[in-house]
Amino acid sequence: MALRTSPEVGGMGHSIKRKEDPRFIRGKGTYVDDVVLPGMLYLDIVRSPFAHAKIKKIDISKATAIPGVLAVITGKDLEKYNLHWMPTLMSDTQMVLPVEKVMYQAQEVAAVLATTRYAAADGVAAVEVEYEPLPVVVDPKKALEPGAPVLRTDKKDKKDNRIWHWEWGNKAETDRVFTEADVTVKEDIYIPRIHVASIETCGCVAHWDKVQDKLTVWMTTQAPHAIRTVFALVAGHVGLEEHKIRIISPDIGGGFGGKVPVYPGYVIAVAASVLTGAPVKWIEDRMENLQADSFARDYHITAELAAKKDGTLTALRIKTLADHGYTDAAANPSKFPAGLFHVCTGSYDLKAAHVEVDGVYTNKPPGGIAYRCSFRVTEAVHTIERMVDIMAHQLGMDAAEFRMKNFIKPEQFPYKSALGWEYDSGNYAGALRKAMDTIGYADLLREQAEKRKRGELMGIGISSFTEIVGAGPSKHFDILGLKMFDSCEIRIHPTGKAIARFGTKSQGQGHETTYAQILAEELGIPAKDIKVEEGDTDTAPYGLGTYASRSTPVAGAAAAIASRKIQDKARKIAAHLLEAAPEDLVWEPGKFSVKGAPNRSKTIQEIAFAAYTNHPQGMEAGLEAVSYYDPPNLTYPFGSYICVVDIDKGTGEVKVRRFVAIDDCGNIINPMIVQGQVHGGLSMGLAPALFEEISYDEIGNVQGGSFIDYLVPTAVETPKWETGHTVTPSPHHPLGAKGVGESATVGAPAAIANAVVDALWHLGVRHVDIPITPPKVWRLLRDKGVTE
Amino acid sequence: MLVKVAINGEKHEAEVEPRLLLVHMLRENLRLTGTHIGCDTSHCGACTVLLDGRPVKSCTMFAVQAHGREITTVEGLEQDGKLHPLQDSFIAEHGLQCGYCTPGMLMTSVAFLKKNPRPSEDDIRRAISGNLCRCTGYVNIVKAIQHAAATLQGGA
Repeated sequence: MALRTSPEVGGMGHSIKRKEDPRFIRGKGTYVDDVVLPGMLYLDIVRSPFAHAKIKKIDISKATAIPGVLAVITGKDLEKYNLHWMPTLMSDTQMVLPVEKVMYQAQEVAAVLATTRYAAADGVAAVEVEYEPLPVVVDPKKALEPGAPVLRTDKKDKKDNRIWHWEWGNKAETDRVFTEADVTVKEDIYIPRIHVASIETCGCVAHWDKVQDKLTVWMTTQAPHAIRTVFALVAGHVGLEEHKIRIISPDIGGGFGGKVPVYPGYVIAVAASVLTGAPVKWIEDRMENLQADSFARDYHITAELAAKKDGTLTALRIKTLADHGYTDAAANPSKFPAGLFHVCTGSYDLKAAHVEVDGVYTNKPPGGIAYRCSFRVTEAVHTIERMVDIMAHQLGMDAAEFRMKNFIKPEQFPYKSALGWEYDSGNYAGALRKAMDTIGYADLLREQAEKRKRGELMGIGISSFTEIVGAGPSKHFDILGLKMFDSCEIRIHPTGKAIARFGTKSQGQGHETTYAQILAEELGIPAKDIKVEEGDTDTAPYGLGTYASRSTPVAGAAAAIASRKIQDKARKIAAHLLEAAPEDLVWEPGKFSVKGAPNRSKTIQEIAFAAYTNHPQGMEAGLEAVSYYDPPNLTYPFGSYICVVDIDKGTGEVKVRRFVAIDDCGNIINPMIVQGQVHGGLSMGLAPALFEEISYDEIGNVQGGSFIDYLVPTAVETPKWETGHTVTPSPHHPLGAKGVGESATVGAPAAIANAVVDALWHLGVRHVDIPITPPKVWRLLRDKGVTE
Repeated sequence: MLVKVAINGEKHEAEVEPRLLLVHMLRENLRLTGTHIGCDTSHCGACTVLLDGRPVKSCTMFAVQAHGREITTVEGLEQDGKLHPLQDSFIAEHGLQCGYCTPGMLMTSVAFLKKNPRPSEDDIRRAISGNLCRCTGYVNIVKAIQHAAATLQGGA
């Protein structure tokens, strides 16, 4: 895309430095734990050691005797106000504090309110809870077996542990294409439970001000407006109506999807503030964060892929068990309980596909939220990219050539997929070719052949993913009925400077910079003269928030549309000032001039001043606009990644030697920030591919509940990412942009897994589940008799 | 117990509980909130400060252990309105995103470049391996430290 603005204006395509950085670099950001109010109390939470148990008795006497401890709140206290249960975003129900039983290890059991953080922690240690353990269901397959204990005894009519059954696509047609196939492959793929583990944990400061009749909550949330509505829906009956609630999402230390849900701690803190009239702070520690906050993934997939013998792919069939823990607290659009998993035909032109997913209750924490990924898209991409790779290997075809043969071709866009999505634009072969050229694919194949002769294990893995982001068109997308539009409100001040507010909330993505660049592009006002604000529901326009890579596709589009409304009004003012007809004016970023008389012009700053000092008669003063943008379609970013791994036969360690990532997110707002997003996304693709997993033993004890066991990669394990891009604009987005924050997390794990299997295929290995840890690989090598 | 420390060149005295963590004294008693808490188990490094010039994780140290010592926090890096070269280079190389790990990353890097002014990329990656970042993928943090090393060498 050609640059339309100067570096001083800093519109789209300029790598301007971030507006956020001067405060962060000085340690002057304001994160939620930095908020301190006079008279503030501290909340800490008693958690269950059992995964499933009746609560027989809670003795708070020793806790309340501790100096500084003011109260211990239990489920019975909340029950009086009907606040012991709350709805989830998926219209299931979740306990705030239990009255009868706990359903997972680390579940909230009671909350201690104290004058200091330390006294609250002392109180937690002194609360005595008597439990009666109940049978634990950890495995979702066993949860569906006849005779399995029914977990949700609170639901009167519930006779089993199935939450829902969902299917999509034409089953009869898919089955028919499978019967005609020359070759089929089938694989069980488990995508384990992981946790986003943002470096800042979750927390809030809740302040009910009786005099002002107002609740203010500083809160780690990616979706402050939706949270305000949820609070009002849950607690409106006790006087917390929506106009009395203000949610402030301050600087957020990473979100990645983990800061979308409403956790019990938030609700208890609000209740405690309302009951005491004092501000209440709740900040979870890392172990609480990893053990009790919503997890991601946990999909048990069985996939089948069909092809003709010439290598033409024809059909995909998938059955999946989705382990949701004890409640479906995912954050999916309500129409899609398995999120956008049905984008699982990926980048390939398939005739038919059918997907079935069963949601299952187990004795684990609630969730099914994202891990830097739009609604189950990583699960979809991992499945199709693994299956395509297995098929290519099965047919003895080169994995790149096989993909090239089966890609949706550029001329097929807009492309209607077998599962009903309308892909907006793409050039999949272009991205893969660029990745192959960048990494030197042909040389790598030669090197691999030579190494294999010597018995060395080297693998080359490809992932050519298609994402689906920017939820979403209001016809199909809502959360709890709230349509998934997003918003931008712009005010141009008399001196030509501006403030723009959004319904989204940055958690590190750099919105203060990139949104300013969109306005700079559309209005010619320098980005440095534009202040961007988000995250305060009292000032920002309503929006559904930042997750699923929706900020640029939805709120970014709103910024462009609002800017264009301002430009329309500016044209009329300029015409008045220049005594010309509006249609005779020519716009270039920052200026209107008279057609044929370029010297007769007015800058946007002059026009802004006139909007308040000399506006035309009959026109309202001011220069402001707001847009609530309802996207006509989703956007479909894509890319091709190639990974080279070497496997140590002595230890089973997988070493990522090179990783080339070619991304296409349409038109780029800030290349520096886009590259940074891809770097981060790749690292959160590497992490689950090789390191991270939260598993449970047979009685529901969490494994991986601290950074001792949950292995977030450091700089040593993380390779030096090699990035590049192609540009295929979205035809329906006003800026041609698509979104990029999550692409790499979605695409990277399959490239790494494919590389590992490629290194081992000749030994008879067809699949390895992630995380591909040294012991897992070592055992495989031992079984094949090739360990050193 | 009475704790006397010098923080960013200023003397401070505080009467504290013996069990008070250093990070809480910095953040809550002295309101130096640039030092962050990310894990409580000394894995993430968000709470890194310098104790007599050496990086320590202030979430796993008692305030009383700092008695009589000099502490530098991220707030002490800027001198006379001029950013430390590492602060400049983190901005220049886009070495931060959400900003939460950044103060700890900076403090580790400040001490590291004093000890090893001409580091290799591998040296840098090892030096910051006690500081977790979830946003950047480390590539630009490494570049920022290389950039600052070059600046500091040029200025010497």
